[in-house]
Amino acid sequence: MSPKFTRKGNNGQNYPVCYGEHVLGGGVIRLWCRHQNLCTPRWIVGNYYISIDVRGSTQQVVKMMKFMLLFSRQGKVRLQQWYSATQEKEKKKIMRELITIILARKPKMCSFLEWKEYKIVYKRYASLYFCCAIEKGDNELLTLEIIHRYVELLDKYFGSVCELDIIFNFEKAYFILDELMLGGEIQETSKKNCLKAIAAQDLLQEEADATRNVLEEMGLP
Amino acid sequence: MPTVAKGDGMRGLAVFISDIRNCKSKEAEQKRINKELANIRSKFKGDKTLDGYNKKKYVCKLLFIFLLGHDIDFGHMEAVNLLSSNKYTEKQIGYLFISVLVNTDSALIRLIIQAIKNDLEARHPVHICLALQCIANIGSKEMAEALTKEIPKLIVSGETIDAVKQSACLCLLRLFRTSPETVPPGEWTQRVGHLLNDQHLGVVTSATSLIHTLAQKTPEDFKPCVQLAISRLSRIVTSSYTDLQDYTYYFVPAPWLSVKLLRLLQVYPPPEDPALRGRLNECLETILNKAQEPPKSKKVQHSNAKNAVLFEAINLIIHHDTEPSLLVRACNQLGQFLQHRETNLRYLALESMCLLASSEFSHEAVKKHMDTVITALKTERDVSVRQRAVDLLYGMCDKSNAEEIVAEMLSYLETADYSIREEMVLKVAILAEKYPVDYTWYVDTILNLIRIAGDYVSDEVWYRVIQIVINRDDVQGYAAKVVFEALQAPACHENMVKVGGYILGEFGNLIAGDQRSSPMVQFQLLHSKYHLCSAPTRGLLLSTYIKFINLFPEIKGQLQDVLRNNNNLQNADAELQQRAIEYLQLSTVASQDVLATVLEEMPPFPERESSILAKLKKKKPNVSDIEVVKEGKKSSNPPTLNNSAANTPEATPASAPVPVMAAAPAPAPVQSASDDLLGLSAGPAAAAPVTNNFAAPAAPAGGGGLLVDVFDTPPAQNNVSTALAPQAEENFFKFAIKNNGVLFENELLQIGVKAEYKGNLGRLGLFYGNKTSYPFQFFTPTVSCPGELASAMNVQTKPLDVNTVEGGAQVQQIINVECIADFVDAPILSIKFSYSGSMQQINLMLPVMLNKFFEPVEMDATSFFNRWKQLSRRPGQEEQKIFKASFPINSDTSRTKLLGFGFGLLDGVDPNPDNFVGAGIIKAQSSQVGCLLRLEPNMQAQMYRLTLRTSSKSVTTRLADLLLKLF
Repeated sequence: MSPKFTRKGNNGQNYPVCYGEHVLGGGVIRLWCRHQNLCTPRWIVGNYYISIDVRGSTQQVVKMMKFMLLFSRQGKVRLQQWYSATQEKEKKKIMRELITIILARKPKMCSFLEWKEYKIVYKRYASLYFCCAIEKGDNELLTLEIIHRYVELLDKYFGSVCELDIIFNFEKAYFILDELMLGGEIQETSKKNCLKAIAAQDLLQEEADATRNVLEEMGLP
Repeated sequence: MPTVAKGDGMRGLAVFISDIRNCKSKEAEQKRINKELANIRSKFKGDKTLDGYNKKKYVCKLLFIFLLGHDIDFGHMEAVNLLSSNKYTEKQIGYLFISVLVNTDSALIRLIIQAIKNDLEARHPVHICLALQCIANIGSKEMAEALTKEIPKLIVSGETIDAVKQSACLCLLRLFRTSPETVPPGEWTQRVGHLLNDQHLGVVTSATSLIHTLAQKTPEDFKPCVQLAISRLSRIVTSSYTDLQDYTYYFVPAPWLSVKLLRLLQVYPPPEDPALRGRLNECLETILNKAQEPPKSKKVQHSNAKNAVLFEAINLIIHHDTEPSLLVRACNQLGQFLQHRETNLRYLALESMCLLASSEFSHEAVKKHMDTVITALKTERDVSVRQRAVDLLYGMCDKSNAEEIVAEMLSYLETADYSIREEMVLKVAILAEKYPVDYTWYVDTILNLIRIAGDYVSDEVWYRVIQIVINRDDVQGYAAKVVFEALQAPACHENMVKVGGYILGEFGNLIAGDQRSSPMVQFQLLHSKYHLCSAPTRGLLLSTYIKFINLFPEIKGQLQDVLRNNNNLQNADAELQQRAIEYLQLSTVASQDVLATVLEEMPPFPERESSILAKLKKKKPNVSDIEVVKEGKKSSNPPTLNNSAANTPEATPASAPVPVMAAAPAPAPVQSASDDLLGLSAGPAAAAPVTNNFAAPAAPAGGGGLLVDVFDTPPAQNNVSTALAPQAEENFFKFAIKNNGVLFENELLQIGVKAEYKGNLGRLGLFYGNKTSYPFQFFTPTVSCPGELASAMNVQTKPLDVNTVEGGAQVQQIINVECIADFVDAPILSIKFSYSGSMQQINLMLPVMLNKFFEPVEMDATSFFNRWKQLSRRPGQEEQKIFKASFPINSDTSRTKLLGFGFGLLDGVDPNPDNFVGAGIIKAQSSQVGCLLRLEPNMQAQMYRLTLRTSSKSVTTRLADLLLKLF
């Protein structure tokens, strides 16, 4: 059940909002107050409507990662990757709210929380929080392990990674993430293959740098 | 690892980042950034020979600044330039900038798409990958249209390397999600299916994601994949962890792929082929078995990955919902997790069990864990886990355990987190109603709910208990008894007083035989709470008292004393005052028979009626209060004495003014008595009977906007008047020829109006200015359409955002009006607010009159005379008035007035240049009425002759009336 309560409007009337919903393997049961007549089919229990979206409808929902955030204990964002088009203003708002919520949570609490239409999965590594938003019904535990695999990749690449590495090489952090995840889906789960791809990129960069150094030695900008 | 590349790549960037980190203050950081931005801007502008490396460096700096949270409004072009660099790293930074910073609706999108297109055709696979990754991360509709054709080729071609295939699959997936119509199924779809058999597990993983999404759209096309997926899954779950090499994650073979395959299978029903089905069930059993094996590693990653697969398998089992043994095993497995030391697992177990509770096969098995879940509810430290426990208890509740679960939820409610109380209250209320042990239990439960969490009990909940009690006579006596007991608590919630007051008013007689709850005791008990309650509750209690007068004539005297009390009779709250006066009158004047009829027991609540009202309310949320009143009027006369005359449908506009003082009470039909007196309407829709009563006196059926003083002789010197404010009429008519101005002003309040009209639509901006230095509280302006006006005009009022107007402040309100048919009366604007403790009410006519919907017409003399003649045939089409001028006659002002009124003036039509001839059309939604005018001033006599011809009698009359006031 995700609570979405009605609130009294400015003019004192109760505005109809879904009171709660219950996502099943193959459908959603929603509870509405009696004002609402948007949902079909429905049953009436007292002053409430119960609607059931039939089997299959939840499966039409894409189960992908919506965004990933890295932020410090001080609440500074270190990396953000958005997998669905979002307005810049909205992004800032989401980040602000989420960081506040997560920083306020105690260490022993569970790593999942329902927030708006998302499920938030987060984990703290040293001074950094890694936080992903996924759809309800997606696999929370495996999302935790995506985070872990990413940390492993960073760690292997930078050699016991710390927050500073990510600050100074933020573009690398993005490139590594792109090897692991693409468009909100996992792309390559093999650590070896990911690192191989990054190494190949660095090789290309070295070649470029080598040419530049030659030019610089010749006194060219 | 090639550590040389780190940081050394762009020294200037590293220096800049250090600088930023060394900044001591926010201001210093901002300064450093501004300096850098200026530098970059000049570099981009001036130096034409900026090489790729420097361009890359500056673009990277911009990106960094952006990621710090600053806005970047330049550099996009340079980033796009980088895309066409042939150096990989420059291209890569270009793509990164585009992915992070460029909107998909950017003007540069064509250039970007072209660059991507070039890279997709590049020789070097790393370039192709960059382009694919970019699409996969930010793919838009435009990209889909331009690029979708290229992608499937890459996926199915035998020459493509694995890394490109992986990216291409996810790229196509993104484009399909963005705009499915651009991805036409073709020959490639089948070949994508075969990727499930690919050697490379990375390719299989990406392909499975793609197939899963495509199969949701067209399951038939991908049906062969079911078999492939099952055999792949089977190979994975039976493999040893060494078989899959690097795709084994902490001793778990390919957890990501397993989860994706299990999810793909959830698109389809269980396979019909028994062999295939057997194989799938074996897989699922193996996964369940593995959960029982001792862990191969103590690392949390091992157990997480293993359980991730397990939970997805359970999802598939629940989806199929056909294998009782698997469902029960799944349930037992989750039962173990309920007491696991990992909070995450307990959370997930509670969540998954909720799903199992809905299956008929596992519902009973879930119920076995009730005690554990109840313990979780009491002991979990994390509120999100407790929330899951509440959900599960709700999900597993049925007739057999409802009593226990409701009791547990109620007891938890006393200490529950505030964030989940409201939801819990609702759940308890629903369970109690859905699985009532018997109705006495139901009543007990709801009263407990109010006792424990009264603040969180919404109106719907207590309405419902009253509806049920009224509709079931077997529980009425019991309900009266328990509310009486509940009210004896020294501090009880106001909601309890409401329920108590209502139920005792209806059924108090059922317990009056007992000396301990004699009529007098009941009354004193209720009245002891009276002064602590808010006005609406007091109103409800007053209704209870009048019902008591009927039920218990022996205590009539005491009850009348209360009604007669100055506190009520002169209450600042108009509603309370009105009820006190009316009830007092009713009790004095009416005979016992009449009283008994008026106050007869509530009829059972019809379900249908309330839903009609609810619908009505939903349709027009702003005017609904009025509609509700009208609804009530149609079926009956409200028994409220003062209103009755004004509200009777027969009271036509012409019959006003009607001096109505509390004369003889109109014996009202029973139905109406219940409507109004009981202070509770059938459903949540008519939640506030108080407003019903208010709307009525605020909308006197006065004719032609005449001042109607409903209280001819006010019963007490009250500061709340239901009559129109002084100067209201005079100011009103000023607006006949202008749209902006001051509508009302006294020493407290000024109301300004700005209006505009087009066709049959109008929009009024009302500006309420507080002239004092103290705030107006509970500032509520309402607009109502009295009488026939309601059908002639649609008024939509935007509610104010605030209900307090601070001293010296001004608030604005927008009102939209739509003219349906011609009309006479003006909508009534009724403003209520509390100023330094006393209620103020001001009633005004909203300056909307028929001529506002007037449009001028130009025509020549011939057509004017043709029409003029046509319009004289039928009676009523012409109206002629000869009257004395109220203002000095002046040709120019008359002209302005007529133009302001809305006429198009036709010069040279009338042979006498002093006369005015005009034409216009009234635009109502239902009809358009053409109007012609001739106005002949007589300077010597200071008189006018006004001739109006229109096709509608009512329009002619109204326009003539309005014009008369202007000259």
